[in-house]
Amino acid sequence: MTSRFKTGVLAVVVTTTALVTAACAPPADTPTAAASSAGAATSATAFGGMDALVAAAKKEGQLNVIALPPDWANYGEVITAFTAKYGIKVNSAQPDAASQDEINAATQLKGQSTAPDVFDLGQAVALANTAMFAPYQVATFADVPADLKDANGTWVNDYGGYMSIGYDAGKVPAPTSMQDLLKPAYKGKVALNGDPTQAGAAFAGVAMAALANGGSADDISKGVAFFTDLKKAGNFLPVDPTPATVQSGQTPVVIDWDYLNVGQSTKLKGKVDWKVVVPANAVLGGYYVQAISKDAPHPAAARLWQEFLYSDEGQNLWLKGGARPVRQDVMAKAGTIDKTAFAALPPVSGTPVFLTQAQSDTAKAYLTANWRKAIG
Amino acid sequence: MPLTSRVRGGALLGVAPFLAFTTIFLAVPTLVVVVGAFVDSAGRPTLANVAGLRQGYILDALVSTLELSLGTAVVGAVIGAPLAYAVVTAAPEGMLRRSVSAVCGVLAQFGGVTLAFAFLATVGSQGFVTLYLSDHTGLTVPGDLLYGLRGLGLVYVYFQIPLMVIVFLPALDGVRVQWREATETLGGSTWQYWRHVAGPLLMPAFLGSTLLLFANAFAAYATAAALVSQGSPILPLVVRATFTSEVVLGQANLGKAIALTMVVVVAIVMTGYAWLQRRTSRWVG
Amino acid sequence: MAGLQRARVRRQATFRWVVVAVVGTFFALPLLGMLEFTTRAPGGGRTAAVWRTVADLSGLRTTYPELWAGLKASGALVVLTVLIMLVLLVPTMTWVRLRVPRLRRTIEFICLLPLTIPAIVLVVGLAPVYAWVTYLLGGSSAWLCFAYVVLVLPYCYRALDAGLSAIDVRTLAEAARSLGAGWGTVMVRVILPNVRTAVLSASFLAVALVLGEFTIASLLHRDNLQVGINQLGQRDAQVAVAVSFAALALAFVLLLVLSFAGHRRTRRPLATPLTEEPA
Repeated sequence: MTSRFKTGVLAVVVTTTALVTAACAPPADTPTAAASSAGAATSATAFGGMDALVAAAKKEGQLNVIALPPDWANYGEVITAFTAKYGIKVNSAQPDAASQDEINAATQLKGQSTAPDVFDLGQAVALANTAMFAPYQVATFADVPADLKDANGTWVNDYGGYMSIGYDAGKVPAPTSMQDLLKPAYKGKVALNGDPTQAGAAFAGVAMAALANGGSADDISKGVAFFTDLKKAGNFLPVDPTPATVQSGQTPVVIDWDYLNVGQSTKLKGKVDWKVVVPANAVLGGYYVQAISKDAPHPAAARLWQEFLYSDEGQNLWLKGGARPVRQDVMAKAGTIDKTAFAALPPVSGTPVFLTQAQSDTAKAYLTANWRKAIG
Repeated sequence: MPLTSRVRGGALLGVAPFLAFTTIFLAVPTLVVVVGAFVDSAGRPTLANVAGLRQGYILDALVSTLELSLGTAVVGAVIGAPLAYAVVTAAPEGMLRRSVSAVCGVLAQFGGVTLAFAFLATVGSQGFVTLYLSDHTGLTVPGDLLYGLRGLGLVYVYFQIPLMVIVFLPALDGVRVQWREATETLGGSTWQYWRHVAGPLLMPAFLGSTLLLFANAFAAYATAAALVSQGSPILPLVVRATFTSEVVLGQANLGKAIALTMVVVVAIVMTGYAWLQRRTSRWVG
Repeated sequence: MAGLQRARVRRQATFRWVVVAVVGTFFALPLLGMLEFTTRAPGGGRTAAVWRTVADLSGLRTTYPELWAGLKASGALVVLTVLIMLVLLVPTMTWVRLRVPRLRRTIEFICLLPLTIPAIVLVVGLAPVYAWVTYLLGGSSAWLCFAYVVLVLPYCYRALDAGLSAIDVRTLAEAARSLGAGWGTVMVRVILPNVRTAVLSASFLAVALVLGEFTIASLLHRDNLQVGINQLGQRDAQVAVAVSFAALALAFVLLLVLSFAGHRRTRRPLATPLTEEPA
């Protein structure tokens, strides 16, 4: 009897352990009194003003950021400037990770000193995970338009841009519309930044194609059909574009956010003549979201980082990277905007379209079911 | 009785660390997947994830993965077996056997990023074979060759052949030269030797090795992840997409159901492999 | 007879070289491709600049931090994985042979189980386990060693099993015990020296596997060599290709050295058939 009995006991023990492990996340470290008060602060006033916040953040001495590529919206310079100004060391983890990876990392590293303090997320991921954020209102909170933030400051849009076509002017003729890309001159040359069922930028790229081809924010099928045509014409290149592929000439045309394409231009100046165009008949806009982790190991530094990002200095740094900061209209009026960088943004004509949550959901369902077939 | 049971208890204690480790890092992860496939995001039992497997894009990926695995397993076996035979007929301590074994050992393991780089540098759009062909022969390598299933097949063969050599060598080693001599003494031709003596003896090992190759391709992730960025054409990439997508959210448990499907397929194949291998060892090895 | 045999040997030699040449070409092309790519100079021509960059280790550290982090992590992982694997397997397998032979099939089954669980599946199940590992031990990439021990179990089990089958464990242990040796002494001074080759080959296999691992490290958000190379590939493809080529060459040399260190074919890399008795 014993052998079978033992096996049975073992099985029960293993199963129970599995269930317990799966069901329970490890407990978070109990925060110290100071940290927990910083973690509850919803504005700089809670610290006793900006100077006190700076002091508290300096005492923590570090900030963990995640998924911030140095060439994305000028984050490399943003991080350097922050460290130079406050003497706080910025630990940048997995610069190439996606938004969902940020959330996964926060869950997996919860309670650790290496857990992310702040997030920079795509809208969809942000809205699905608001329970993980700590509400905080930066000094310039009022400047952000109401539809671009949560009223309590749980999340706030930070910078955005429009979908664009980046191209190597030395290799291909200048496209003016999406339809141009179907021409033989672009054979095997057009890349999309990621898989639209996985990456936000690629998702927006398909939505832009829909707008350009008689679809609308409510109907993304025309966009998918466009990529099928592109594939049939032999023009679609299923490669993830990176600075390396752009420089080597492997991806001479890249559909991506305009600030990312502009970033490439700056980076490759002198090597590749990288130009950016926002197609006139299809202006699709999108914003990223900034949020503080509820379990931030450096709560004061996280809040100071937000203050920095939404200050004129931080906003202008993003602008310098080709991103359109959320306070740009207010800053343009006040004259505090970096005029050179503002003027250098790709010109946009036409009314920008922003997808609502409902429109996104419909589009996602359609993409999940049809994208693979469309380009397979 | 108490004495023996104490002895046995003590003896079992020696195995305890091993069992504890494998429970935590092998049994628990497996059960997380199995259990996760049958619960929803709130932990309530459901069959929705399994029902979700019937979605067209998942079935398509399953079929593609099976085709890719079967195709590369057969090609790998058919090319790898003669290579293994060539190695066996060489001097056992010779340089040829040593280097082929070492090369195969490395190449069967080194998939992923390295392999992707190697093929991009060869038949990618800027690869040297691509450039040479278009300069000298006018032939063109399709620009998207490496980013679809055909390309994956080509790349997979690169690690399937060496794996075949490694798993098939022991069986070939077991073939006695006396059998060949006996055939010749009885006036049999080379063809008759292979048809009636060596062939039937080696067949289970050959089929078993092919099954192992199949499982190997079916489970491979890194190479595909490094090459394919559009459309998640095979199951391992679909599993990844359910966990990392920033567009379509909340599919983690569907991902576990897909993962479970993969385990079931590989387990069936490996059971077949073990069975064939047992038949082999009766004669050769 | 003799004539027949000579003819056969000749035929086999021709066959051998034809097959090796044809298949060898297929294998050589992508490797040549890597070499060719890493020596391309901007604007045409050849240069060794990339290789000079790679050879300059201290420069590598500052210019390519992602690669350096990966190298460091993989170094630690190689050592930890081999150590844990040996500490876990050698005593357990010896003990089972001596005291609980009933469990031999069970242990074998457990060790071979990872062959049926694709790494991508394992990673899905490991995520919650690693949440605990991170909580208890910290988030260092080095803790991936636990997952890697599981990955190498089947291969190392077979290598060690072959080694242990070749010696008479029971007699050796009983002799040592009767001379008053404790179990620890038996393990370290009697068993280990007798299965040196098997331990060596199991370790080499583990090293090769750990150096090539990408799936688990990348999906659990840890650093290792392959993750570093992949990140680098998006920034500087030439250096990334050069480093992966170097890693490949290193692994090849390791295995070649091993084939000389081991006795005649006591070692069979990777996947000796599941149930085959050791030769």
